[in-house]
This record gives sequence, structure tokens and C-alpha cells, in this order.
Amino acid sequence: MMPLAQIQAIPQGADYIRILPELILSIFGIVIMVLDPLVDEEKSQKTLGLIGFIGTLAGLASTWYMAEFPGLAFSNTIRVDGFSVFFNFLVIAIAAVVILSSFEYLAVQRIRAGEYYALILFSVVGMSVMSSAVELVLIFIGLEISSISTYILAGFRRNEASSAESSLKYFLLGSFATAFFLYGVALMFGATGSTNIDIISQRLLASRPEMLVYTSMALMFVGLGFKVAAAPFHVWTPDVYEGAPAPVVGFMSTAPKAAAFAVLLRVVFSINVPGRFWFLWVAAALSMTLGNIGALVQNNVKRLLAYSSIAHAGYLLVAFAMTTPDTSLNGISAAMFYTAAYAAMNVGAFAVVSHLANAGERYVNLEDYEGLGRTSPLLAATLTVFLLSLIGIPMTGGFFAKFYVFSAALRANLIWLTIIGVLNSAIGAYYYLRIIVAMYMRESRKEVPVGPISLGLGLALAISFVATLYLGILPNRVLQISQHSAHELVQAAPGAAGVAQNPRPIGSTN
Amino acid sequence: MNTDTLSPYILTLVTFVPLGGALLLTVLPRRDRDIRVIAFLVSLITFGLSLHLPVYFHRAIGGFQFEIDKSWISTPNIHYHMAIDGISLWLVVLTTFLTPLCVLISWKTVHERVKEFFILLLILETALIGVFTSLDLFLFYFFWEATLIPMALLIGVFGHERKVYAAVKFFMYTMIASVFMLAAILWLYAHTGSFDFVVIRDLIARGQVSNFPAAAQWLFLGFFVAFAVKVPLFPFHTWLPDAHVEAPTAGSVLLAGVLLKMGTYGMLRFNLGLFPEQARKNASWIMALALIGIIYGALVAMVQPNMKKLIAYSSVSHLGFVVLGIFSFTQSGLNGAMFVMLAHGISTGGLFMLAGILHERRHTYEISEFGGLATPMPVYAISYLFIVLASVGLPLLNGFVGEFLVLNGAFQARPIYGILGATGVIWSACYLLWMFQRVFYGKVTHPLNNGLADMLGFEKAAVWPCAVAALLMGVAPILWLGAIDPAVQATLNAFPQIVSKVVGQ
Repeated sequence: MMPLAQIQAIPQGADYIRILPELILSIFGIVIMVLDPLVDEEKSQKTLGLIGFIGTLAGLASTWYMAEFPGLAFSNTIRVDGFSVFFNFLVIAIAAVVILSSFEYLAVQRIRAGEYYALILFSVVGMSVMSSAVELVLIFIGLEISSISTYILAGFRRNEASSAESSLKYFLLGSFATAFFLYGVALMFGATGSTNIDIISQRLLASRPEMLVYTSMALMFVGLGFKVAAAPFHVWTPDVYEGAPAPVVGFMSTAPKAAAFAVLLRVVFSINVPGRFWFLWVAAALSMTLGNIGALVQNNVKRLLAYSSIAHAGYLLVAFAMTTPDTSLNGISAAMFYTAAYAAMNVGAFAVVSHLANAGERYVNLEDYEGLGRTSPLLAATLTVFLLSLIGIPMTGGFFAKFYVFSAALRANLIWLTIIGVLNSAIGAYYYLRIIVAMYMRESRKEVPVGPISLGLGLALAISFVATLYLGILPNRVLQISQHSAHELVQAAPGAAGVAQNPRPIGSTN
Repeated sequence: MNTDTLSPYILTLVTFVPLGGALLLTVLPRRDRDIRVIAFLVSLITFGLSLHLPVYFHRAIGGFQFEIDKSWISTPNIHYHMAIDGISLWLVVLTTFLTPLCVLISWKTVHERVKEFFILLLILETALIGVFTSLDLFLFYFFWEATLIPMALLIGVFGHERKVYAAVKFFMYTMIASVFMLAAILWLYAHTGSFDFVVIRDLIARGQVSNFPAAAQWLFLGFFVAFAVKVPLFPFHTWLPDAHVEAPTAGSVLLAGVLLKMGTYGMLRFNLGLFPEQARKNASWIMALALIGIIYGALVAMVQPNMKKLIAYSSVSHLGFVVLGIFSFTQSGLNGAMFVMLAHGISTGGLFMLAGILHERRHTYEISEFGGLATPMPVYAISYLFIVLASVGLPLLNGFVGEFLVLNGAFQARPIYGILGATGVIWSACYLLWMFQRVFYGKVTHPLNNGLADMLGFEKAAVWPCAVAALLMGVAPILWLGAIDPAVQATLNAFPQIVSKVVGQ
């Protein structure tokens, strides 16, 4: 039997299919890099962007194809299942919409296009790896690929000091945070002798977890908590979001977050460490509260949305505070739905922000939005829908997202966390409302030029708009997919969410 | 058309025809006249359709009728479940009745962004009707929140000087309060697996909801806070005067006429329907708050220099009667509460329209700016007097019937409640008639007022239907009570022993 095992260690055809999206995106990224010096600088904007967009479409198609080949690949380091397909699809779709909304922005800001689109694609490769990897070291590599690309993207407004500050800050703090993650991985290896999530959860099942495991989980949470901008690791967010180019903020507030949440879901629910409950409880409550309170006083719309993204990370973390098997399932599927809904509405909101920002991002303050309801009603109405979704008004994806998270929390009897959450979402309504009030109820005090909406941006807005409403009116399909994936995730890991230790949870009535 | 074919779909039609009209308006060119005509026609068609409901309503049945129940979202288990009983029947008709009048009263007063105004008005109508027709808690919450945005925009975009402040205050008050209701709804779903009102009610009644006794009081309060802010019950009323004073006339009419009734309707349907036991336990302090609202609202109304604020505080007082009636748990009190809701909708709606007519001519609501208006505007003065008398509760007009029944019920519950409540009737006569005297009697005090034009055709068309309805409701209340009574009885049947306890005190 030995030779057979050796043969299996050599990658097969199916192995490559299971990383097909990553391969295709990398190829397109490299093509863009190669073409960049060859094409004319003026014309390059559209051409390279189009190649990037086609790359994401090919990535989506290959994800679709990959979904037909579930299973492990590359010596059990990659797992293709409903869960990884879901997040692959999500991050690539986000990249597609962001690329669409960047055409016009790059032209207006006079930013050289080449590397920009390539970096977005490379970053997505990293995120795809993060969502399908079941090996902590590979996850770390994915994390680095995606992070380094976004560090550079944050500094793309080269002539602006704020953009350079944003990039540097993100880079320094981000490397610090990923180091924490790596340290956590090392400790986990020390405690269990493996970096494979499945093996770790098996080994932890066999023995009582020791202190090293707790420390390792805490360190990994620091690293991932930084990526998702959860309190108390959120301090970088407003500055970085303020300085980075608006479409990039739309990208990095959704896609890397989604990927980091995917990793967090795998790690938290597969390596079921008891005692994580209060940890996540506190992080969730803190993120919601600090994010919302911080947003209340912001006048810069990008900063406001930055604080709002902290708050939304908090709502999402509520879904992680589940400990019994059936509540875990609810929590995982709620979290997955939330990342999708948040991506739709936030990418859309930032697309509007980047359109209004104009050259040098001069118009990103609240007073620049005054009277927008009169001057460009369509843009104002679209932004209103995104903001209502961020508030969580019924008929929008944001509502169902919150709804699923809080009903999962209530099923798990997390009553206080739910109350903190719903109160926070009411407070949150206030600052989103300020933008709506400015657009519709105030007259503009200064001349803010609003250019015509280009085809790419229009398409990006339309996609986000339809996605936001689709998730709000017919959430069934996406929810079913996420529930199905949640099942797979929990079943894949033998120790997942206390299934084996505690098959019938105490206090369960059925 | 055959009733059998239409009945299952009539509620859907009535609810969504205004929304369809709003969508139609969005694609129409900005020709203000056409937009007004179409908005009016749409609201009139809705009213016509809604008349199907009382015509084919089986009055003897207390339960739900015109039911439609279709699965909308499978997980969570959300149904498109709509039906009405005698309680919601008339609130739906009230909404469809007031909306065309709102379109008429806004005919010439809204000059800017006409298209947006009527779109918002029609969306608001759909949301309001939806609140009264949905039986799925999720659907209910959905419409409940959906009323918020068009109303806040109507106030904030088309209102007067401090419109933004009023709009944001209105939004935040309601939003913060309703998240508690959402939490309660989610709890109920988590423990029953259903959003269906009827299913949850039966499960609770049979005691099959786990952990219910421990949570019941909090659930009751969660619903109650959302409704109490909407009513508004003292001390949650402070948003109301601001919202009314700043709102455009049509906004005020729907706000007072229908939006506030969402709160009392919710108490009647959900607080009493789902949590009879807790309703009984909490009745005493709620009735005390209602009484404070009646008396405090009336006293504050008396000293208001601003006509619209006066009417707004009179709403606080009148809605106090409704809450008093609901928590008396008597047949008469609940019937009266329902009747006051309808009567207040008609007469206060009328008063706001009349105040709006004056504002259109003088751009102020200050009572001291007026005086002796009966001379230049005789028709207006007579219409005003008629509506004021209806609101005061003159026998043979609509206000009397409801207040009488409520006080009757309150006396049965506890005499002191009845006695204190009855003073509210006197107060309302004081502030309304005093206001009327200051505005209309004597000589014209302000030279500007000499040249004021009397009511125009479209203004008459908006106000007089209210007057006719007020008279009709006062003379033949049985037309309304015939449908209300069985539904109220059905609500009270859920807890006969509890009723006797309260009555026996």
C-alpha cells in the first residue's frame, strides 16, 4: 500500500481544479502586469481594467466549476466544500464589482491603472486561499498575500499624504497583527503537533485542552480580529479608510473581512475550545458599541463608514458566540449571510462615495452631500437604499442579516447580547440617517460638481443595488446555501462545536 | 364581480394598489397636474376597493376573514399571511378614506417636488394598510418599519422651519422603541418556530412555549414600549408635538389619523391577544399613564399658543382614552376604544386639514395672529365649528359615542378611573372651544385677516367628507360597532376569568 500513498501525495488533476479560481486569477493578474508597460498609458485604463474584470468573471465561472469537485487537495491542505465555494464566490464577486466601479475613479484621480487591477486580483487570490485552506500555515500564506496587496492599494493616491499615512499605518499594524496570528499557529503546533485544522480538532477531542491551546486561540483571534476590524483591535480602521482610495475602501472593508471571517468560522467552530464564549461575547459587544458611538460624531463620510464597519463586525461576531451544535449551525449560516449582505450594501455605498469624491477626493464630507436628492436624485436614491440596508430596514439585505444573527443569538439564549445588539442598531440608525437628511432635507451650501455616471460605475451600482434588495426580499436561496455549507463545515471537523463531547447539550428539551 | 373570486385577493389588492400607483408615478414625467390627478385616482380606487371589505364582511363572525396565507420564506418560516377582523377592518377603511382627502388638501399647498411628495404619500398608505392587515409578526414588523421612512421624509423634506429636527426625532424615537418589539418577536420565533400570530397565540394559550413564564413580562414590555411610543402614551409623547408642528398638512393628517392608531391597534392585537395575563398584571399602571395622558395632554393643549400644537396635544389626550378603554378589559371599554380611534382619525384629521388651510393663507399657526375670522371666512368657520364639536364629543357626532363607551368601561373596571377620565371630556371642551372663540369670534383683530379667502372647492372636498363621516358615525354607530363588537368579544374570550377578576375589583 505504500506506493499508492506516495502516488496520492503527488497532485492529481482534480487537485488543480480545486484551486482553479486561484490559478486563473493569478494568470490574469500576471497578464495585466506584463501588458502594463506595453500598452499606451492613456488607453491602458480601460483595457487593463477590462482584462481584470474578465479575470474576475473567469474566476467566478471556475468557482462554479470547482463546486462540482468537492474534497481535499494538495495533501489535505485545501478543502473544497460548500463553505469555501461560498466565500470564494463572494470575494471574487466583490472584486468584480469593485473593478467596475474603479474605471471612472482611476480616470478622475489620474491613477496609473496597471498594478491597481493586478493587485486587486492578487489580493483576491489570497482571500480564496484563506477560504479554502484547512491548514493553518496555508491560511497564513493566504492572509499575507491578500494583506500585502491591500497595503499597497491603500497607498494608491500617491500625491496625498493621507493615503501614504493610511498605507503605512495599515502595513505596520497589519504586519504586527499577522505576526500574532503566526505566533498563535506556532503555539497550536506546539500543543497538538499539527497545523491541520482537522487533525488539531481530533487531537483536542482526545485530550483536555491545556493552557497553550487557549493562548494560541487568543493570539489567532488577535490577528483575525485586526483583519475584521473588531474591537479592541479596531483603532486603525478610521485613519486607514479615510486615506485610502474610496473604491479600495469599498473593497477592503468587505472582501478581506469576508475571508477573515471565513477563517475565523473554520477556526472557531472546528477547533472548539471551551471558554471562547466570553471572549467573543465581549469582542462583539465592544465592537458594536464603540463602532456606533464613534460613528455618531463623524463628518467625513469615509470615516463614518469606517466606524460603521467596526459596528458591523460586532454584529457579525454575535453569531460566533454559539456553543452548542444546533446553535452553532444557526450562527455559522447567519454569519455567512451577514458577510454577503454587508458586502452588497457596503460596496454599493462606497461606489457612490467614490463617484462623488471627485478629483483628489475633495468632496467626502457630510456637507458635500447636501441637496444631492435634488441635484442627482438617482444617485441619492441608490445611496439611500444602501444606507437603509446598513440601518437594517426591512426589504433590504441588511435587515435579514441582522435578523438571522439576532434570532440565532436568541435561540442560544444570548438575551443580553441581543439587547445590546438591537439597541446598537437603533443608535446606528442615527448616523446613517444624517447622510439621508443631508441629501434630502438640506439645501446645498456650496457648489459640488457631480459628473455623469459612467457605464462601469452604473453597472457596479446596479449589481450592488439588486443584490441588496434580492437578499432583502428573497433571502431564501442564499440562506439555504449558507445553512448547507454550515452543515458541511461542522460535519467535516470531528470535534466541531462540541458535537462529539456533548452530543445532547445539557438543558436541551428534545 | 363574484365575491368568492375576489375575496382571497382583496387584501393584497387594497394593500398594494397604492404602491403600484407610486411606482407608476416614478416613471411619469414631472407634470405636476397629471401627477396630482393620478395620485388622487389611485387613492380613490384604493378606497373603492377597500369598500369591498365592509360590504362582504360577515359581521357575526369574530374571527379573521378575507384570509390569504402563502409561504414567503421557508427558513425562517415567514408567511405572507393577511386577514382582517372587525378591529382591523375599520382601520383599513379609515386609512383609505383619509388618503384621497390628503391628496386633495395637498393639491395646491405642495408646489415643490410634487412627484416625490405623492410617491411618498402612496408608499405610506401601503405601509399603513399593511400594518393593519398582516397577521404574520414578521410581515407586521416589516410594514411597521416601512411606515417610518416615508413619514420621516414627508416631515423632513416638506415640513416647516425645524423640519429636520422633527423628522430625526420622530425616526429615532420610533426606531429605538421598535427594536424592543423586534427582540420580542425574535424571542417568540426562537421558541415557537413560527411568526404566525394565530399559531403563537394558540401555543401561548395552551402553555406550550418553553421558558414562557419567565420571559412573558419582558415580551409584553417589548411590544408595549414600541406601541406606547407610537400612541404616544405619556411620558413617551414628546416627539408628537414637534412632528406635527413641522409636518406638512397631509403628513399631520395621516400621522394623527392613522399612524398613532398603529400603536393602539398593536396593544389591542398583540399585548392583549398574546399576553392576556401580563396585560392584566400591568393594567393598573398603564391605565394610570393613560389617565395622566388624558389630563396632562388636555392641560398642555389649553395653554398652547400654536394651533397645530394644540391639536397635537389634544391627540395625546384622546389617545389616552383609547388606552384607558383597552386596558379596562370590558366589552364596552374595548368597543369604545376602537370607536374613539376611528372618530379621532376623522375629526383630528379634519382639524389638521382646517389648520393647514389657515396656514396656507397666513403662513402661521399662532392663535394670537387670528381673531374674528368668522367674518371673512364664514363657510370655513362653520366647517371648523362642526369638526371641533365632533372632537369635543357632542352627542350625535362621532366623538361622543366612543368616549361614552370608554368611560362606561372604565367605570366598570374601577370607578375612580371613570371619574378622572370623564374630566378629560370637560377639558377637551375647554381648550377646543376656547381656541375656536379666540380664532373666529369678535372683531377682526389683524388687518391682514380681512382679505382672507374662504374655503376653495378642493378644500371643501377634503374637509366635508370628514364632517359627513363624523355625523354618520354619531347618528348610526351601530354600522361600525356591528363589526367591531364580535371581534372585541373574541379578543376578550381568550381570558374570561381574567376579565371577571378586573371587573370584580
